[in-house]
Amino acid sequence: MEMDKRLQLINISKTFPGGVQANKDVSLDVKRGEIHCLLGENGAGKSTLMSILYGEYHPDSGEIWLNGEKISIPTPKIAIEHGVGMVHQHFMLVPTLSVAENIIMGMKPLASFLWDMKEIEKDIARFAVERGMKINPSALISSLSVGEQQRVEIIKALYRGVDLLILDEPTAVLTPQETHDLFETLHKLAEQDFSIILITHKMNEVMEVADRVSVLRDGRVIGTLPIANVTPAILARMMVGRDVSFNLEKSERAYGEPVLRVQALNLIGDKNRQILKDIALEVCSGEIVGIAGVDGNGQNQLALCITGLMKPTSGHILFDRKEMAGKSPLEFLKTGVGHIPEDRHAMGLVMEDSVADNFMLQRYNDKFFKKLGFLNMTAIMEYAKKLVKFFDVRTNSVKTAAGNLSGGNQQKIIVGREIDRNPKLLVAVQPTRGLDIGATEYIHKQLLQQREKGAALLLISTELEEILALSDRILVMFGGRIVGETSAGRANVDKIGLLMAGMQAEKE
Amino acid sequence: MPAKKRNSSFFTFINLFPQILQQTLILPALALVLALLISAVLLMITGYDPLTSYSSMWEGVFGSVRVFTEVLLKSTPLILVGTGIAVAFRCGVWNIGGEGQFYAGAVLATWVGVHLSGLPPVLTIAAVFAAGVLGGGFWAVIPGWLKVKLKVNEVVSTIMLNYIMIGLTSFLVTGPMQEAKKLFPQTDEIVQAARLPNILPPTRLNIGFLVAVVTAIIIAIILFRTPLGYAIRTVGQNPETARYAGMKVNQSIIIAMLLSGGAAGLAGAIEVSGLTWRMFATISPGYGFDGIAVALLASNNPLGTILSGFLFGALRASSELMQMNAKIPSVLFKVIQGLTIAFVIAFSLLSRKTADEREAEKSEALTASEI
Ligand SMILES: Nc1ncnc2c1ncn2[C@@H]1O[C@H](COP(=O)(O)OP(=O)(O)O)[C@@H](O)[C@H]1O
Ligand SMILES: [Mg+2]
Repeated sequence: MEMDKRLQLINISKTFPGGVQANKDVSLDVKRGEIHCLLGENGAGKSTLMSILYGEYHPDSGEIWLNGEKISIPTPKIAIEHGVGMVHQHFMLVPTLSVAENIIMGMKPLASFLWDMKEIEKDIARFAVERGMKINPSALISSLSVGEQQRVEIIKALYRGVDLLILDEPTAVLTPQETHDLFETLHKLAEQDFSIILITHKMNEVMEVADRVSVLRDGRVIGTLPIANVTPAILARMMVGRDVSFNLEKSERAYGEPVLRVQALNLIGDKNRQILKDIALEVCSGEIVGIAGVDGNGQNQLALCITGLMKPTSGHILFDRKEMAGKSPLEFLKTGVGHIPEDRHAMGLVMEDSVADNFMLQRYNDKFFKKLGFLNMTAIMEYAKKLVKFFDVRTNSVKTAAGNLSGGNQQKIIVGREIDRNPKLLVAVQPTRGLDIGATEYIHKQLLQQREKGAALLLISTELEEILALSDRILVMFGGRIVGETSAGRANVDKIGLLMAGMQAEKE
Repeated sequence: MPAKKRNSSFFTFINLFPQILQQTLILPALALVLALLISAVLLMITGYDPLTSYSSMWEGVFGSVRVFTEVLLKSTPLILVGTGIAVAFRCGVWNIGGEGQFYAGAVLATWVGVHLSGLPPVLTIAAVFAAGVLGGGFWAVIPGWLKVKLKVNEVVSTIMLNYIMIGLTSFLVTGPMQEAKKLFPQTDEIVQAARLPNILPPTRLNIGFLVAVVTAIIIAIILFRTPLGYAIRTVGQNPETARYAGMKVNQSIIIAMLLSGGAAGLAGAIEVSGLTWRMFATISPGYGFDGIAVALLASNNPLGTILSGFLFGALRASSELMQMNAKIPSVLFKVIQGLTIAFVIAFSLLSRKTADEREAEKSEALTASEI
């Protein structure tokens, strides 16, 4: 065994009880002081592989070597004893306790049987600074931003003596600036000989931070390469198994009339919390307006207000100059509003129902689907077959329950259904969340086609890349307000990032 | 592992049949057979002879035209209440109030039947039925309304309304509605024109059974073949998506409860106009509660309640005979009933799971071929 190898995985295989083979003969190694990215699409098996290393799952076969020694890792506790720590996508912190309390939770007191919190807080602060991180140990977790909470998770792992740190999709919840800070921290840690495994499905992150990258597809390692030897195109091909076009064809286009006009929209929620404040925006036909922002800044509620699913406390929603605020969802549907909802499981599909039923969802009362007042099953089936073909939904039959389809195909049902209703305004919320590159590409093309056809599109997404790629204009939401507007284009990324983090952009 | 394998291939076989056949025939029948087998073991352990027991049970169902018609009479309210409960359950409303709704329908139907005179039988019977539907429907709309307006849990409110209605009935038959002679706690008999025509004298079989079967079919059609039924089912499966689809969620819940209670109330009306001809405090031996079991056994498919209602009606009727002939406590039918339901729920979960796995596999294969 070479001694500079911190970790070696040899032929790890794992099949879940349901029969899904998540890892197939996976071998890879991580060097000391290396940032090693694990890249792959959703479902490629990244999390499973790392959960095996962290002792949460047990491999069916294969070997784990740490520092040149073959070991088995039955529990996370043993993993930590061997210096392996993991920061999950969902944090495991107690919001009502302080940073320091969270960090030492479950550890044994060092000297006496009582904790001396003052001492510990000092120790933690010093410990963090030495590793290039700033944190206030006495702050309550609930008062911290998501980025800071993540930092606490990292310190918590390191404080337990971890020197091989696994991060599972850490940037999914961060603003661009927070991402940047995180990567800086990781570089510093690597310089101090810590090994980092970073799970991601974003190629630009790999290009920015990795020393080496291993690409996973369908549970297998497609290859491990030093970053100098790869380009985004190479990575994409390894991830997907075919060439991927990055540049969406987007025509220049003069906008038409405003279709949607929102004025002075306010929404006050429970406990008098102001969820939306003085929102004003306009979307014209043939235009895509993107709303960027970190999750939870009011975007979802805005979408619900604009589609009639939530009643704003005050303000105007004008649709083709007609006041719609306070009207029912049905009236919004009838005036030509299409809606790709944020969470296709909670809203948008009936998972137990057939593909065919889901395609006619809002049109169950259309005369097109009725005969003498009864549902016309033949018409419903024919319609579904047509759309399945047209929108390339991969399903065994139109009678299959929607819940049995893959996420990408479920989303194609929603997108296809909304588009086929020829909406004048299409509100798309996180339209590609959790989808693989192929399905994402497909849905982006469909959205652009709607723009060509003259629909007005409001795109709400926490994926900045998606907003940048599709939008004609970009609004940024923070704390329930629209805090800024920029024209489309990569040049404005920094400005958008600052706005997303709640800092007012400098006056131009 | 091998046991699991056999299971799934067994259910793969079951899944070759259309879902409607599975829900209405195959699964209930299978569950009943299994429940009877296990009960046979229980009988043996407790020292009874299962063969004699079951043969007297058989006698109690198919032994003569007369006992068979008695079974059909017992099935009639079970089919109707079960159908109603199935609609409510499909809409995601846990209507436990079948008993109260049955009583409400019976009371109103009796009142109309006692006081309505001078009309031809067809109209009188129609009026009695309508009164039953209205009474039961009204008693079910109350918890529906409480649920949508005040977010009152319907399980609690329907159970409360059961007690209220049963109490109210006792009061009525000893007070305002008591018979003219004031001897017994019961009402006067309904008029001749309000009594259901017998279809097989000298047995007691009347058109009530046919009405129940037709009602179950009509409600199945409403539920599975009309926009209204689609809305009701969608609300039951995913209320958020129903709202998103522009459906009126609250209205669907109220209508589902109206149908649900209406069916139970009709059962009450048929019991009075077909069998008892008058109302008394213990007119239902628990049809409202057995209706829940009937609906569950039929996977909440109104068509399926025709068979499951018959099965439970048969169990109920024959267990009485079994007690007389084989000296077996008639509560055995409760044991069989409970086991049957447990099995049918397990079976439908397993067969659903097997079907899902197969579908998911096939769809996954298609997705994989994309690349
Ligand atoms: N606990 C589990 N039980 C069954 N299947 C699972 C489980 N966890 C993950 N899977 C399946 O294993 C595959 C890999 O999942 P995962 O490792 O989470 O992928 P990634 O992290 O790359 O997105 C997927 O098909 C997923 O559905
Ligand atoms: Mg993952």
